Amino acid sequence: MTTAANGGSAAIEKTDVLVVGSGFGGSIAAYHLAAGGAKVTVLERGPWLEGKDFDHDYLLGSSYTKIFDFVSGDGMSVLGGNCVGGGSVVYFAALPRAPWFVFERQGSIGRRMWPSSINRQTLDPWYDRVSQVFPVEQQTWDDVTYAGGLWAAACNHAGRTANPVPVGIDTAKCTNCNWMMSGCRFDAKQSMLLNYLPGAVAHGAEIRPLHEVQRISRTDDGNYVVHYLHIDEDDYRITHGGGAIEAKIVVLAAGAGATPCILQRSEPELGTMPHAVGRYFSGNGERLNTAIINDDRVREVLGIDRGPGNPAYDAYQIGRGPVVASWDKLDGSLPEYSRFSLEQLYFPVGLGTFLAQAHGPDGPTWYGPAKRELLSKWSSWMTIFQMTEDDNEGVFGPPPPTGNSHRISQQMLGTGPLKYDPTPNTLRGWAEADAEVRDILERDGLATVLPWTNDLVGAYTVHPLSSCRIGDDPATSALDDRHELRGHPGIFVTDGSAVPCGLTVNPALTISALAERAMPGIVATARERGVDVSYGAPLPTKGAFPALSPVRA
Amino acid sequence: MDSEDPVYTLTLEAYADTIVPGEKRSPDDRAIAGVVEGPGSVQAGALELMHHSAPGIAVGLPTLVAMLNQHATNYAEEHGIALDDTVPPFVALDYDHRYALVGRLTALGHPEQAGWVMLALFSNMAFDSAPHKSTLDALEEGHPGLITLGFKKPDTDGIWRFKEYGYHQELAKTHPDTTESGSPA
Repeated sequence: MTTAANGGSAAIEKTDVLVVGSGFGGSIAAYHLAAGGAKVTVLERGPWLEGKDFDHDYLLGSSYTKIFDFVSGDGMSVLGGNCVGGGSVVYFAALPRAPWFVFERQGSIGRRMWPSSINRQTLDPWYDRVSQVFPVEQQTWDDVTYAGGLWAAACNHAGRTANPVPVGIDTAKCTNCNWMMSGCRFDAKQSMLLNYLPGAVAHGAEIRPLHEVQRISRTDDGNYVVHYLHIDEDDYRITHGGGAIEAKIVVLAAGAGATPCILQRSEPELGTMPHAVGRYFSGNGERLNTAIINDDRVREVLGIDRGPGNPAYDAYQIGRGPVVASWDKLDGSLPEYSRFSLEQLYFPVGLGTFLAQAHGPDGPTWYGPAKRELLSKWSSWMTIFQMTEDDNEGVFGPPPPTGNSHRISQQMLGTGPLKYDPTPNTLRGWAEADAEVRDILERDGLATVLPWTNDLVGAYTVHPLSSCRIGDDPATSALDDRHELRGHPGIFVTDGSAVPCGLTVNPALTISALAERAMPGIVATARERGVDVSYGAPLPTKGAFPALSPVRA
Repeated sequence: MDSEDPVYTLTLEAYADTIVPGEKRSPDDRAIAGVVEGPGSVQAGALELMHHSAPGIAVGLPTLVAMLNQHATNYAEEHGIALDDTVPPFVALDYDHRYALVGRLTALGHPEQAGWVMLALFSNMAFDSAPHKSTLDALEEGHPGLITLGFKKPDTDGIWRFKEYGYHQELAKTHPDTTESGSPA
């Protein structure tokens, strides 16, 4: 069969379910649909790497630049995954559940943003499922790193509590190398490469790396045709032709920075998109502070050190990203925008140092002699990651010609159409979180603290959300509570863009739980559209399926 | 204008030195202002990184150099500064004026902000992450930026592992509303 959508020149390839993106949302969909008997094809724009491919190297062209996407917008820059496994390969593996009050948030629309069918209680069974798969581990104080321990001790000194965060890390395998943003070469970090994707492939799903989906069109009989370009394996600015695949069901999970671009670009052929496609973007309220720890004061005030002859801290490079968080402000009795978590974090050099500010002679500065002095104290840094409640104020402009950005560099760096102008609510939340960090860390001279500048690349998020969100109100949500795109039956979205708002904690577990929750409905729709598929496969726990063998370009 | 042109090289070096300053390479070094002790972005390989094929900014560098020197000329006129015409205008500015001009060009709302921020980003990265070199090679060669940061060396196989990683003691009370799953309620 041919269609007008592919020019009618050749027989078009067909599949039952086409999954766009292989991160948390795409992998979960691929597994359940393949395990249920559907023919599943996954198109992933990034390369396919595995443990031994994940380099300890900042060299351009190493895994660090291959598997990451950094898109600078107008007022907001977004970091996201760009490989098979998506965000799960580059994430920090912090897996807390969102607090109950998040589901009751009203944000800028003056009424509850989440669908009435979802609250913490109704989502908990789905959290339980994905927690079993990863699995989510509860760290003990013995597992806590120097940076996490210092943050805990400082919180305690300031009369606060502090929690080792639940994580997807096998601490027995972890070497505390802090290269986890380049992918984990020890397979200590739990990613989709180790659970859902092996399960999907074992059930016949096909994963195609370096296939960047550009747009979707519709056939006369109501199926969809997904159009893609082949991306060069070294220089992502170069494409090598493309193709198209027809499917009865499309699951979009390209990430909150890319999913709306695909839908916007499809609008001329698919018809009008819901108003909320490319609107209500949230950066998860994220903001970073850099603290310079005073080693002597840590020893004197907190009474901790690394043993005889060793410094008290001097350990920024040692660890595994975020380990300890302060949850005192996750208090549902506080007003909206005044609730946030504070998580100790390591952020690699390069991206993690450029925006850090020093106290200069005329105020905070990101360059010059004072910044160089700050860099010379790098091993005494501690990054504090704030996840606050923003106002879903991000809006995508017209999509770029391809992908989700105008690519500048061979890999990683581009400029995109996202515009983010923080409202007074968001700014207030950031100011309150900044003040809380200062109160904890500058107390008794433990550290000096400054936030990263927002003046160069705007605000900065590693957890883009909400750009194609679920909800009950068609005016402010692009998806119904089954994650189906309004007005376009058979298209579903299961990535971070479906999450209605910032979560005040790391969102990976919530994105995954929502994707799990969406699966019975997607399977039911697939059956209605003629796919022989059932729901109910056992969870793809680690080791249940043979390890993946990456397909190279 | 090309990489053999001293105007081109001096101007880019002076820009990189404004972002992460270093000490002069010789007493007659004009590009580096010499406002700090120790190496800076130029010694760390900023120009090598800017011209590397991967970042994708090399093709625009001649234009940025011309624009920067025009901005410097305008800035000097505005402030009544007489420029030494034996070096490019930006290089002729003393460090405080270079710093002020870069602040103006990289400020929110400047129409050319994106280009100047990009140039600053790679000036910074050359120093603090040396992405034009393998990290292992950079450390073995004594890369001035990574050494200044105190970047620790890997095991003999080139892989980082830290056997000693924590204080191994309870250092705070956990939140009273923590659930059985270890999450906030």
